[in-house]
Amino acid sequence: MIWNETKECMSRDQMTNLQSARLVKLVDYVYHNVEFYRKKMQAVGLMPGDIKSIEDITKLPFTTKDDLRDNYPFGLFAVPNSEIVRIHASSGTTGKATVVGYTRRDLDVWAECVARCMTMAGVTKDDVIQIAYGYGLFTGGLGAHDGAQKIGATVVPMSTGNSKKLTTMMVDFGATAIACTPSYLLHISEVLAEEGLLDKIKLKAAICGAEPWTEKMHKEIESRLNIKAFDIYGLSEVMGPGVACDCEFHKGLHVCEDHFYPEILNSATLTPVADGETGELAFTTLTKEGIPLIRYRTKDLTSIDHSVCDCGRTSARISRFKGRVDDMLIIRGVNVFPSQIEAALVEVEEVTPHYMMIVDRKNNLDTLEVQVELDQKYYTDEIRVIEALTKKIGHVIQQALGISAKVKIVEPQSLVRSQGKAVHVIDNRKLY
Amino acid sequence: MFAKQLTVFIENRTGRLSEVLDVLKENKVNILSLSLADTTEFGLLRLIVDNAALGKDKLTQKGFSSLLSDVSIIKIPHKVGSLQKLLKTIDENGVNIEYMYGLSIESDEAYVVLKASDVNKIDAILNENGIKTISCEELGKI
Repeated sequence: MIWNETKECMSRDQMTNLQSARLVKLVDYVYHNVEFYRKKMQAVGLMPGDIKSIEDITKLPFTTKDDLRDNYPFGLFAVPNSEIVRIHASSGTTGKATVVGYTRRDLDVWAECVARCMTMAGVTKDDVIQIAYGYGLFTGGLGAHDGAQKIGATVVPMSTGNSKKLTTMMVDFGATAIACTPSYLLHISEVLAEEGLLDKIKLKAAICGAEPWTEKMHKEIESRLNIKAFDIYGLSEVMGPGVACDCEFHKGLHVCEDHFYPEILNSATLTPVADGETGELAFTTLTKEGIPLIRYRTKDLTSIDHSVCDCGRTSARISRFKGRVDDMLIIRGVNVFPSQIEAALVEVEEVTPHYMMIVDRKNNLDTLEVQVELDQKYYTDEIRVIEALTKKIGHVIQQALGISAKVKIVEPQSLVRSQGKAVHVIDNRKLY
Repeated sequence: MFAKQLTVFIENRTGRLSEVLDVLKENKVNILSLSLADTTEFGLLRLIVDNAALGKDKLTQKGFSSLLSDVSIIKIPHKVGSLQKLLKTIDENGVNIEYMYGLSIESDEAYVVLKASDVNKIDAILNENGIKTISCEELGKI
């Protein structure tokens, strides 16, 4: 089934015309409502009238996560706060969060996009869907919730953290769909197996996202639970989950192109590459009112395909992700930058600034170990002093990242010193 | 009297303890007593040696984190109840014991190494009660 055939199946010409009209309007809108964009355009001698069609998009300057940080919290908003009805936030590269605001219409568009994605996964009003993304500042929970509700499905807002309750309700409520991170779903499948509930569930589809996953994981989820699994993509800066999703043919993720214009850029030149070539994904939010973004660099590496899909949708498809341009990690669905750990450790005078993050996946759950060295002044002959310090550092990291980490104090000089670009991360998961 | 204890932080990995002992051996630092406090991630090797300062310098040069701290080496009769009596005396004076380990090297005499929560107070308590403490050097000569 297709949720919005008019938009999802329009001809390439129609789509280009729609995108052109929306871009022209958007540029005029941001020029007059966001000082940041006005100044950026003025700096390169660009007036709103210079953008006449979607092809002119390359004339516009890029926007980055740093721009969001520099304009924290509301500097890039195009409307007064009286028009903003919801705020979400995700990790910034340092201590400050990346904040986004939605108008009532933005939330409607978001729900529309998620509804398209869930329909791709076969979800209808007859389904009972458990939303097991975190509810809160993270866009996953509420984003998926609103989309499923728009379809008319029976929404069970599980949030995360209680696998036992989730599996019990999955059986008792006869849940037919679930939305969560793929690693969490693998964990759930183990809990179901342990409890002997695998043959008692009615699950048929999973909409998984918020972290990269491999084809191997995809197959494993499908075979363990005997369901169909779908890949949903999004990022809070652009909107949240629902920017793109794959259909039953799994030949890339259909982008909601009428709302988010995708570009794939050559990493070195930042010029658009041809279909099929790998590059950095950038989005322009064509219809967003709260915090419109012009050519926002996602740092995700992918390729694009504009051909018509076997499912009948004409929307461009981005391939499964091939990596990141920067050093961002996604741990348990949470964006983590090594620089956040660095900023957090500065506050702990007992340790040196050197650190190493070891990321792994055990029993399908991500683990993070942070190794730190004790500063010479704080060497001790008492175990409890070290244990108290370990606890303190763990708390500081939890506050900074929003996820817990195991802290390990290691011997002096045992962590790699920076020689040029220091290696701060060992990621033992095979995600790409 | 205080004795200088040499403490070395050791990560739990194969061969690390013997690497510490190698350094001490190469520099002819003699171990008189030791205790290894272990946790799942790391251990603290506490040593009474004949030359703690030398041991610390050499270990630091080799990249180990080591420190010197004040402990009491207390001489007690090598017979039932003498340790209990010592602890009772310390307890009654309101001092806590952080850790303790022992050695008996003579037939009628034993020694316990003790780190008190209040290192200044412990010395006064021991002196007032006529309990004998010795230095590492003295211990080395026995």
